[in-house]
Amino acid sequence: MGSALIGDEIRVSIDCDAAIVTARQKGRALASQCGFPSTDLAVIATAISELARNIVRYAVHGEIILRLLDDNGKRGVEVVAVDEGPGIPDLALAMQDGYSTSGGLGLGLPGTRRLMDEFEIVSDFGKGTTVTVRRWKR
Amino acid sequence: MQVPILKQGAYLIATVQSALTDEDLKQLRDALVGQVSKVRARGVIVDVTALDVIDSFATRTLRDVAHMIRLRGAETVIVGIQPEVAFSMVKLGLTLAGVSTSLDLEEGLAYLNRKG
Ligand SMILES: Nc1ncnc2c1ncn2[C@@H]1O[C@H](COP(=O)(O)OP(=O)(O)O)[C@@H](O)[C@H]1O
Ligand SMILES: [Mg+2]
Repeated sequence: MGSALIGDEIRVSIDCDAAIVTARQKGRALASQCGFPSTDLAVIATAISELARNIVRYAVHGEIILRLLDDNGKRGVEVVAVDEGPGIPDLALAMQDGYSTSGGLGLGLPGTRRLMDEFEIVSDFGKGTTVTVRRWKR
Repeated sequence: MQVPILKQGAYLIATVQSALTDEDLKQLRDALVGQVSKVRARGVIVDVTALDVIDSFATRTLRDVAHMIRLRGAETVIVGIQPEVAFSMVKLGLTLAGVSTSLDLEEGLAYLNRKG
């Protein structure tokens, strides 16, 4: 048995700069409503910011889906970043600190993995990318 | 969301009021780099107390601001990075290497005054 969804999921369409800010504010509000401490709120908002920016930069548009989870009384926040962009040809490379195809710092994906408790990435070259991350309340 | 920039003596003080988009950050960078020579400022303080997220793009832009302003002969201090923001930055792997930081505005001004 996996974890159950609490309440409705929140979907934020990501297609511009301003949407990055909207997504991280909604994620922060959701986590705050669930009682996460302020350090976790910053962590979750930062992860959302990195994933949403990758959508804008590399896929042009996509979606951030925010969910509250319950796993046997343990509460968590799940963030899913989905796009139908170009996909990532070499995931191992993209997960390396400092690797960037856009002259960025190359810390978005590996850093988000460090920030969150769970990190999954699925990318089909030519079809799109889905990154799912979770943070559990301690 | 424009960031107000005030001149106080030989210094420029930019106080971020709310969340900034990437475009806002770039505008702030360009405004500071432009103004620093126009008013012949010797120091620049960027107060980020109001930021609840400093991600890789914001970090890179703040770093660029400091480096560009140094090339224009002035000093930059970033003040007010909140503890939970600092925690996230470190976890993400971000550094402000080569950029001066202070606890708050007062400390930032004291730092610039010491630098003379
Ligand atoms: N959603 C995405 N679609 C396509 N490529 C992506 C996506 N997200 C990340 N990438 C690729 O992975 C690389 C590493 O991403 P990241 O760690 O966020 O660093 P940065 O964005 O600074 O380059 C990017 O340069 C890009 O090539
Ligand atoms: Mg990125």
